[in-house]
Amino acid sequence: MDKNIYQYILRYSKRQQIVVTLMAVASFPFLYAFYELPKRIVNNAIQAKNTAFPVEVLGVELTQIDFLFVLCGLFLLLVLINQAFKYAINVYRGLTGERMLRRLRYDLYWRVLRFPQPTFRKLSQGEIIQMINAEVEPLGGFIGDAFSVPAFQGGTLLVIFGFVVYQNVWLAAAAVMFYPLQFYIIPKLQRRVNAYGKERVRLARGLSNRIGETVSGVQEVHVHNAARLELATFSRRLGAIFEVRFRIYLWKFVIKFINNTVNHLGPFFFYSIGGYLVIQGRLELGTLVAVIAANKDLAAPWKELLSYYQMREDARIKYEQVIEQFDVPEMMEPALQLDEPETVEPLKGAFAASSLRLEDETGHVLVEGASFRIEPGQHVAIVGAGGSGKDHLALMLARLVGVSGGSLTLDGKKLADLPEPLTGRRMAYVGPVSHLVSAPLRDNLYYGLKHRPLIDAVYEAEGLKSFERHLREAEASGNSTDDPDADWVDYEAAGVDGAEALTGRAIEVLSMVDMENDVYQFGLRGTIDPEAEPDTAARILEARGAFLRRLDDAEIASLVEVFDPERYNDNATVAENLLFGLPVGRTFAPDRLAENPYVLEVLEIAKLDETMLEAGRHVASTMVELFADLAPGHEFFERYSFIGHEELPEYQAMLSRIGREGVASLRPEERTRLLALPFRLIPARHRLDAIDDGFKQRLLEARRIFADDLPPEYEGAVARFDRDHYNAAASLQDNILFGKAAYGPARGAERISRAIAEVVDRLDLREAVMAVGLGFHVGIAGGRLSSVQRQKLAIARSVLKRPDVLVLNEATATLDGGSQGRAMERILAELEGRTVIWSLHRASLARSFDRVLVMAGGAVVEQGAYEELDREGSTLRELVEAE
Amino acid sequence: MPGGREVAVSLKEEVDLLRNIPLFSKVDPSKLKLLAFASERLTFAPGQELFRQGDSGDAAYIVIAGEAEVLVDAPGGPVAVARVGKNDLVGEIAILCDVPRTATVKALSNVVTLAISKDLFFQMVSEYPQFAIEVMRELAERLDRTTGQLREAVSAKARS
Repeated sequence: MDKNIYQYILRYSKRQQIVVTLMAVASFPFLYAFYELPKRIVNNAIQAKNTAFPVEVLGVELTQIDFLFVLCGLFLLLVLINQAFKYAINVYRGLTGERMLRRLRYDLYWRVLRFPQPTFRKLSQGEIIQMINAEVEPLGGFIGDAFSVPAFQGGTLLVIFGFVVYQNVWLAAAAVMFYPLQFYIIPKLQRRVNAYGKERVRLARGLSNRIGETVSGVQEVHVHNAARLELATFSRRLGAIFEVRFRIYLWKFVIKFINNTVNHLGPFFFYSIGGYLVIQGRLELGTLVAVIAANKDLAAPWKELLSYYQMREDARIKYEQVIEQFDVPEMMEPALQLDEPETVEPLKGAFAASSLRLEDETGHVLVEGASFRIEPGQHVAIVGAGGSGKDHLALMLARLVGVSGGSLTLDGKKLADLPEPLTGRRMAYVGPVSHLVSAPLRDNLYYGLKHRPLIDAVYEAEGLKSFERHLREAEASGNSTDDPDADWVDYEAAGVDGAEALTGRAIEVLSMVDMENDVYQFGLRGTIDPEAEPDTAARILEARGAFLRRLDDAEIASLVEVFDPERYNDNATVAENLLFGLPVGRTFAPDRLAENPYVLEVLEIAKLDETMLEAGRHVASTMVELFADLAPGHEFFERYSFIGHEELPEYQAMLSRIGREGVASLRPEERTRLLALPFRLIPARHRLDAIDDGFKQRLLEARRIFADDLPPEYEGAVARFDRDHYNAAASLQDNILFGKAAYGPARGAERISRAIAEVVDRLDLREAVMAVGLGFHVGIAGGRLSSVQRQKLAIARSVLKRPDVLVLNEATATLDGGSQGRAMERILAELEGRTVIWSLHRASLARSFDRVLVMAGGAVVEQGAYEELDREGSTLRELVEAE
Repeated sequence: MPGGREVAVSLKEEVDLLRNIPLFSKVDPSKLKLLAFASERLTFAPGQELFRQGDSGDAAYIVIAGEAEVLVDAPGGPVAVARVGKNDLVGEIAILCDVPRTATVKALSNVVTLAISKDLFFQMVSEYPQFAIEVMRELAERLDRTTGQLREAVSAKARS
């Protein structure tokens, strides 16, 4: 990358910079005219010096008044022209700057993708984010200004100065007499500011690094009660930043002080010298007025130039400091990463390592003198104690770390020279801890199949226009023009013919790692859009029908209370009973029902409002009775109480006022609070006696009114329970159940899910449910999955792309013993005839492999078939016995 | 009839019930109400096990209605050693001293229980000394009874 920001600017935006400079130059004649005109207005039109009226302009005779107005009209025109130039130049330089910023960020990000692995041990995530995100941001602004500001403002300055010189040389000299002083002092002061600026950048990076570390290590902070220490160190860092920033302010304002003072010396001379000359009659008043006006305008560009100078220094430092970090030796060549090969041939050759050696940055030897051959199609286990170098060997074979010495070839070619499009498609690697992207499970699973856009997305009308605009801009900034919304999935690579078949295959692969049940559960908990997936919705409805028939069995019937429009559901909340559906959006959210005017109206019509208020009073008084003497923050509040500890006294006050003066004494907001409580009641669970049969009858009436009179604008705010329709707001499981799990029956949830599973299997729905489960969002870095699930998913992802070479590095260590063995056998069977290299955490697992490499102290000490090596006194035997 | 309805016992009734159990008889009614409110009411069908010998215990059960038998594994299969019914407390040993269930309890009829989770039980013990004392007293009485039975058994053996 260019070491100097100007080189970078010229390389990528030379044309734009020339255009913007030309625009500036083109504006100068108008600018000059703009300063010249007032003089004419005062001297010729108003004072009528050297002018005899009527005058002839372009063949038209004008009186003095006409002449004045013509000149003023001209003046107005010039104002417009000058502002139009300014506007055009500003927009254009903004565009240029933004494009360059986009390019710079893209370049830096791409560099991150090409960094050799060890770089990330020196450069933290926080620092990289800080640099790409925050530090380069002001550079965009500067790049737009880089040439246009000196050209435009410098030119403006010269024009105005030229104008003043033309009027009176002495005045002109007086106006700029202190400029040389500024020229001398300012850079000296600026150098100080620059030094602090550098320091500030460094400190800010450290800060974001620290924040990143805290976020990822927050568990340790809690475990060791280290919050106080963390706060102290953070405060120290903030203090250092404060100091530096404050110093920058100090010097910046010193510079500003000097500039402003000097600038105001100009008028001093104008008034004194100019006034003297006018009184003496050696200068016309109009000229002095124009010069004073011009001088005022002289200050603006001069100021702009000085601040440009400051900004330039700032930008230069930032650019250099960022580039320095991103200029990493041994970075991957761009072509090796992105150039699409003509064909991607299967990797058929053998791995050959001779005297392979790996050192870390400090020169510490991790692997030494490893020589071996791995034939294509062989299943090879690498075993060894911790620190034996087996994991480093696996990393080298997966090409994730470069070798420090010796040679490592695949099919006779140096492994490091193979292009990534080849290795990334024909090889796979799973380490002990795998990373997932924050996306649905399916996208994570297909991640290894997306190398290039294969089927273009279809756009229409507005969408097409915006896509094309996006494309043009991407091109103008030298960014990727690939469409992330295209279909990138390489179905052929997975051995299937399309999306549907791939779902089936994905489920098959997930079963290999014992994850099918997890995905099934995700599916049951998931929701679908019935419009987008009418087939699944129809089949779930079928399952609902089948499940409802299962309720003929009294045992199952006791587990569920089905939704019945004519009956009150004791296992649902009062809110659910009223809506007889689920809220969509916030309109009818449970906590907002008591303030919703429509709900209040319905309650009133159904004569339920006072009853509800009474129920609310009952709930409140029970809560006060039960929880009043518990300590604040007691976990019972969180788990059982309807009212938080801090609110209890308020309710207590309300209750005693009702006791004295009746409910009429409640203020409207108190009514709302009391009314909100019973909406959460579930009679079968809470057993508070607040809901009797009369209440239920009236609530059923309210339910009817609510549905019948629902205003059209609330139509989409409730997803109603309807036996014949899929409910888009409910999960698949709740759609099948079409009711509430009953409180009471022991192990009810377990028995319900068994009954559902029976129905699902009888209707052959399991795969459809799992397909929905593939849409489960895994959360940030897969945070919504357990570490075992993440690991299983990572293995499945690598198997799905059918690699010729699969390298696993203690990939199953977190799995429990049973599924570990099963998963290994299934993966080995699946990859029969393909190369598998597996660094194992337990040596005894190596029995299932064709060959074993035994490592100790960074060297391969034994290699051969398991049976050959498993003999008295061998390292392998020792390892197995030590388990 | 969907579950849970036929036994719509109210909180108040549960509190009355709890007060009839010796262990809780001297505990302040408002605490019993909290205990009842925070506990889940679970029903068991005839033949269903409340818990099984050897499992780890997570709750104690107060029988509100119905009858269940207590079975102990013996070489020849499970042997019924006792019956429990309304107002009886079962399963408290496993949650008090963290041992596996010492017996199996199986419902003979429809059994309605109040399940007091281990967490809740300990919360109550640590929160309310009065409650803890009652638990201690109950346990001490049981120990005294068992010791008495042992003494009788030993002296009977000595006589024979």
